[in-house]
Amino acid sequence: MLYLDANATEPLRPTARAAVLAALELAGNPSSVHAAGRAARRLLEDARDTVAACFGARPADVVFTSGGTEADALGVHALHAGRRLIVGATEHEAIRAAAGDAVVLPVDRDGVVLLGTLEALLAEGGPALVCLMLANNETGTVQPVAEAASLCRRYGAFLHVDAVQAAGRISVDFAVLGAHSVALSSHKMGGPPGAGALLLAPEVSAIAPLIAGGGQERGRRGGTPALPAIAGFAAAAREAVGTLPPVSRSPSPVALGESGNASLAALRDAIERAAVGLGAVVCGGRTARLANTTSMALPGIRADAQVIALDLQGVAVSAGAACSSGKVAASHVLAAMGLGALAGQAIRVSLPWNAPPDAAERFAAAYACMAERLRGALSPHAA
Amino acid sequence: MHAPGNRKIYLDNQATTPCDPRVLAVMLPFFAERFGNPASVEHAMGADAAAAVEAARAQVATQIGAAANEVVFTSGATESNNLAIKGAARHAKRAGDPRRRIVCPETEHKCVHECVAELAEEGFEPVFLPVQPDGLLDPDRLREAVTVPTLLVSVMAVNNETGVVQDIPTLAAIAKQSGAMFHTDAAQGAGKLPIDVAASRIDLLSLSGHKLYGPKGVGALYVRRRPRVRLSPLFSGGGQERGLRAGTLPAPLIVGLGEACHIAATEMIAEAKRLTALRARLLDRLRAAIPGLAVNGSMTARIPGNLNLTFPGLLATELMARAPALCVSTGSACTSAQIEPSYVLRAMRLSPDAAARSLRIGLGRFTSAADIDDAAAALIAAHAGSPATLA
Repeated sequence: MLYLDANATEPLRPTARAAVLAALELAGNPSSVHAAGRAARRLLEDARDTVAACFGARPADVVFTSGGTEADALGVHALHAGRRLIVGATEHEAIRAAAGDAVVLPVDRDGVVLLGTLEALLAEGGPALVCLMLANNETGTVQPVAEAASLCRRYGAFLHVDAVQAAGRISVDFAVLGAHSVALSSHKMGGPPGAGALLLAPEVSAIAPLIAGGGQERGRRGGTPALPAIAGFAAAAREAVGTLPPVSRSPSPVALGESGNASLAALRDAIERAAVGLGAVVCGGRTARLANTTSMALPGIRADAQVIALDLQGVAVSAGAACSSGKVAASHVLAAMGLGALAGQAIRVSLPWNAPPDAAERFAAAYACMAERLRGALSPHAA
Repeated sequence: MHAPGNRKIYLDNQATTPCDPRVLAVMLPFFAERFGNPASVEHAMGADAAAAVEAARAQVATQIGAAANEVVFTSGATESNNLAIKGAARHAKRAGDPRRRIVCPETEHKCVHECVAELAEEGFEPVFLPVQPDGLLDPDRLREAVTVPTLLVSVMAVNNETGVVQDIPTLAAIAKQSGAMFHTDAAQGAGKLPIDVAASRIDLLSLSGHKLYGPKGVGALYVRRRPRVRLSPLFSGGGQERGLRAGTLPAPLIVGLGEACHIAATEMIAEAKRLTALRARLLDRLRAAIPGLAVNGSMTARIPGNLNLTFPGLLATELMARAPALCVSTGSACTSAQIEPSYVLRAMRLSPDAAARSLRIGLGRFTSAADIDDAAAALIAAHAGSPATLA
């Protein structure tokens, strides 16, 4: 099996697995005051310190959640009171659902939001909450979040950033981004599923919970913390961020976007060359993207047919976001980019942190078979 | 006499339970090669994870007498309680239901109180029912409360501090008869007592992985299908769990929860006997050495693993400080850093002073007879060191 669906979930990093297993050995509840509880508390706070350090936040401003979706929902819940919502057209369902009747901020053909339109929207009304993802889950497109953040600050707007796909793949420095809140997910950076975090800017750090409970996470998220998943999350974050090439603390995430993992970028480019040679079209390829992600349409061939054909040859990819897998609807991301019919004909190939060196050759062979077979099925001679 | 040594004795199994090695064993492959996202159903890795999640769902359902499609996975019992209580109330309000009354005992878990407080701000009418000194809710109190049209009654199956078991079938029947929905927080009861949602007419039931020797970070909410109970989700996006609970399903944790439910159900009767004997042994020793020791809450309607004891003449925190090898608690873990005496014990008419002298002792699957003997010795020694003037 060649697993190329990392944006659905990354394989667990061995260091994260070790941290999960060690935490599963601990008996205590981090809220208990006895020795077992204190050991659990120490592990929880160490994890908080690690996540804070990896992403440029203060430990007190890190709220652990069950994952990226809950972090997105908590961010919007916490910041939207009395504010208009402005949401990027290619945001994840977690934001689209939380944001309800938001004003949609359009994107260009590469999936990059139009900053001029954002400024016009900010200028025309009262205080707003803007939701913008740092990197798109389907195309890997990196948004100009720091630029959007300075616009938001100029107009008194809040900015929530879904960094679920970006964190661990490009440098994410909360302080540099200038956002008010940032959502993170463990299993998208090689940690276990079941943990995530919301980073909060100091001025908005005291928030009302979405899940009320026993006062955990300084009253911002109730429930016994998911210690094994959180410990694994911290270990994965440390390793993922540690393997990123060193970057200058550039205020521009677009610049940061160029700095992802070079060997994954080389594999991704080889995959794209092979597919384009067979008639594929790369969606959103002309801008800064995550090094591990590509979205490629094969004109005239339904995305789900491509995914199933590739699976039969042992290659795991997806037709879009994993959460909406099984649905046949065309990608709202690609539709927003103006790709028309291609929006229903694109597959997402996303390389995991441990992609094998021969991933591109193996993918190319499977892709060629798939393209030939499905095109054959379309041609009148095959009927 | 056992040497004190550095051995810790874990007797706080109502705060959290250690993960059973058998649960860990079934989780391991999902922390390794079986890492697919259960929503990625169109490739083999995702389909494998999805099948494992569905098998776990069936295990959880079986444990409570539900159908698999009535089980929604959450991050834990706190989230389940939030989803059940706030979800049911908000959905009903949105659907035009005029009822606003929500009834629960004073001794519910703090997260239930927090949910109800949040709903009060949204125009709902919370009614907190007093309990008897033994911790039990008098069914007549509930009968009286639901004479006013009531939307939801929420009663915990087993109290987290005292282990007192409420008469859920009777209370649920009263709620249902009045037309109210019935929710029970069974975080402390699941895996310890037989639960049958069909026979008990329960509409919504919360349970937690880490209270039944599964992992932290996973729980479930039972949501009745016939007649269908409708909820507003706490958050959305992605469509998982039929739209009731968004977010990638944590397959390894869910598989662990399923196995934990299966083991607990299989061993329930034998384990209850074993714990009942161990608890009697502990209580007998303590009573023999400490005149005036009092047990809080009914000893008949109580899970086998719990004791809640008021010690004469000594604050519980002081007792704990003098017996550092013992992992016990003064009350609920969530609030154990607080100095306030337990509101659960106060609701059972204990004075603030007596409540502050009370200790929760939670025996569990990995508690041995040697643990009990050592714990009894440690508590007796700690108590004997108490200044006579306080007695």
